[in-house]
Amino acid sequence: MVTQITSFGRSGLYDWMMQRISALVLSLYTLFILGYLVFNPDLTYDQWSGLFETTWVRIFSLLTLLSIGVHSWIGLWSVSTDYIKATGVRFFFQSVCGLVMFVYVAWGIQVLWGL
Amino acid sequence: MVYRVVNKKRPVNLDIATISMPVTAIVSILHRVTGIILFIGLAFLFYAFDVSLDSQEGFDQVVNTLQTSFLAKFIIWGTVSALMYHLVAGVKHLFMDLGYFEELESGQAAAKANLVIAGILILLVGVWIW
Repeated sequence: MVTQITSFGRSGLYDWMMQRISALVLSLYTLFILGYLVFNPDLTYDQWSGLFETTWVRIFSLLTLLSIGVHSWIGLWSVSTDYIKATGVRFFFQSVCGLVMFVYVAWGIQVLWGL
Repeated sequence: MVYRVVNKKRPVNLDIATISMPVTAIVSILHRVTGIILFIGLAFLFYAFDVSLDSQEGFDQVVNTLQTSFLAKFIIWGTVSALMYHLVAGVKHLFMDLGYFEELESGQAAAKANLVIAGILILLVGVWIW
């Protein structure tokens, strides 16, 4: 067996499970936000900012942010490992993905808690 | 390295033209492509999220841009479309984890259903945005 130290959880089974748990969170959040926007066509700033001031929406959003990080890392790691065979190029690509992913999570936290 | 030795014994076909692409393969590769599109599209969603919650002016600016700019509409439509496809393909994937759609016929049917459902959702998203 080949030990892959660059995968998210250093174990295929752990990554497999995390990919599905994060997928569940992301699908629920998608339904929540899209549903909210579809059923509030005349949304105002007060309603919108009020939504993200409630504790449960902030917790749900933070969970979603972390799920985005985990899910995109495992997904892009899998795809890049399949197609980019040159180690240096793959390392560079995965580093960029990791950095962008981290920026997304930090940016999202700042927007959520910077209100 | 053990990794390279194992790899060398595997048959490798690099001639793309000889690789057949059945509907199940098309659905699978689109799942990957939409995942990459989503990772890029997220930058626009985060930006809109940031500006819309920043102030009343920011909120108005996002609403106004999404109502008037074709480019903004196209980017949000593309990103949400990728999300819709990725979501449907992901749900199909979870069903396959549970042991469904694994035979040739049911697998092909599920792949076709995936394309149809995602297509309808993408059209609805377009109608919603425009």
